[in-house]
Amino acid sequence: MQRLDALRAPGRPEVISQVGRWTLDAARALADVSVWRPLVIGHMRRLGVDSIPIAVFIAIFTGIVLALLASYIFTGAMPLYMVGALVGKTVMMELGPVLTGMALAGRVGANIAAEIGTMRVTEQVDALETLGYDPLSYLVVPRVIAATLMFPVITAFAMAVGVTAGWITAVNILDLSSVEFFKGLRLFYHFKDVWFGLVKSASFGAAIALMGSLKGLSARGGAEGVGAATTRAVVLGCEAILVLDAFWALVLL
Amino acid sequence: MIRLEGVCKAFGPRVILDGVTLDVPDGRNTVIIGRSGSGKSVTLRCIIGLIRPDAGRVLVDDEVVADLDRDGLTALRSRIGYVFQFAALFDSMTVAENIALGLTRRGYTPDEIADRVQHSLRLVDLPGVESKYPAELSGGMRKRAGIARAVALRPRYILYDEPTTGLDPMTTSVMDELMIRTRDLGVTGVIVTHDMKSAFATGDRIAMLHDGHIRQSGTPDEIRASDDPVVRQFIEGRPDRALAAVAGEA
Repeated sequence: MQRLDALRAPGRPEVISQVGRWTLDAARALADVSVWRPLVIGHMRRLGVDSIPIAVFIAIFTGIVLALLASYIFTGAMPLYMVGALVGKTVMMELGPVLTGMALAGRVGANIAAEIGTMRVTEQVDALETLGYDPLSYLVVPRVIAATLMFPVITAFAMAVGVTAGWITAVNILDLSSVEFFKGLRLFYHFKDVWFGLVKSASFGAAIALMGSLKGLSARGGAEGVGAATTRAVVLGCEAILVLDAFWALVLL
Repeated sequence: MIRLEGVCKAFGPRVILDGVTLDVPDGRNTVIIGRSGSGKSVTLRCIIGLIRPDAGRVLVDDEVVADLDRDGLTALRSRIGYVFQFAALFDSMTVAENIALGLTRRGYTPDEIADRVQHSLRLVDLPGVESKYPAELSGGMRKRAGIARAVALRPRYILYDEPTTGLDPMTTSVMDELMIRTRDLGVTGVIVTHDMKSAFATGDRIAMLHDGHIRQSGTPDEIRASDDPVVRQFIEGRPDRALAAVAGEA
């Protein structure tokens, strides 16, 4: 016991050294290309392609509501073709990436945290280590890369579907012609609107996958621990989206 | 050779190991016995570098485990197989994929991997389960698949964490036979258990972990003849202290 009493609580130099170790671990995991590369495609399908239906579902109703809302705001005050401008700008720059990100924080973040958390509490992560694998290389890096690559693809789908849903709503419910809708859409369109949304969504993907992975790896106990880690991953993922959204608005606009 | 020198480990205020010193001779099975929560599994995890001791040293082949960087640890782990208490098979993979994973990491060709998978499964008497998932196997079969995964890497050492816990007597005997068979292939075993029948059947040396340190170690005959009351109570399974503690609480 006396031998243990000699151990001190970690001081500032030890915290700095811990951060340095994490950075080195992350760099080493990224350099371990032969481990993570074969796994990326599978995760792109599971985390990305399988998430398209939920993103499309959200985009359809966002487009419909935006068109109706724009009509309500602009009627009597501005030309109605501005409905196209509002739907396009809002879907591409904000609601497309953010609402898709929020939905995927639940689907993808929870999926990753629950899967890795279960592996942690059933000693599968330890087993990976004993077989010579770095859990960061095998579990975290391929998921983060897959989510970073696939979130912009899903968001692009959501943007296209959202604008289309707004157009169909405008033509069928608001008595706006297609020509008027696309006139409004083109009026304030800049290519930056699209890539701004896609850059944001890539950062959302990276953050959500990273939160899910790290919370999963830190899961302790049994089912309760996995549940807590999953909840925390979703909450942190949503918080990260809001913070990154503000960050990119400050940096890029 | 594996050597533990004054190994200490605490989790928060709870001291688990308090100066464990133990030599594990090559080519023999060393069994670590002790009550649940006495730190047996923590000792194994210190040996393979999954847990870093707070004090003391663990040496494997004269290398201090805690001093190894990740590459050093990977090299060390290529010499050590680990059989987990609940097998810890990857549930998203088939048995063959579980066994192949460590071999893939070491750069074996697909043909070599297929050969080793077959050989390892034959060694543990589990032919024909290659394409099954862990959920489709019984507890005993999962543990044997875990041993197959460990022996496929042809390790110098195998660490067994409670290999017979939860198994019926017949499956326990099969597991004991497997651990003896592996030892006869020249593999050094460290077996953690509180099953005394299994300990006497498989152990060339037995060490009892109690109150954070090794209370006694020796051959199975020396342990059987021990006059240490703590050792005697454990190997005879007498619950008098436990009963006294329960009576005290009441």
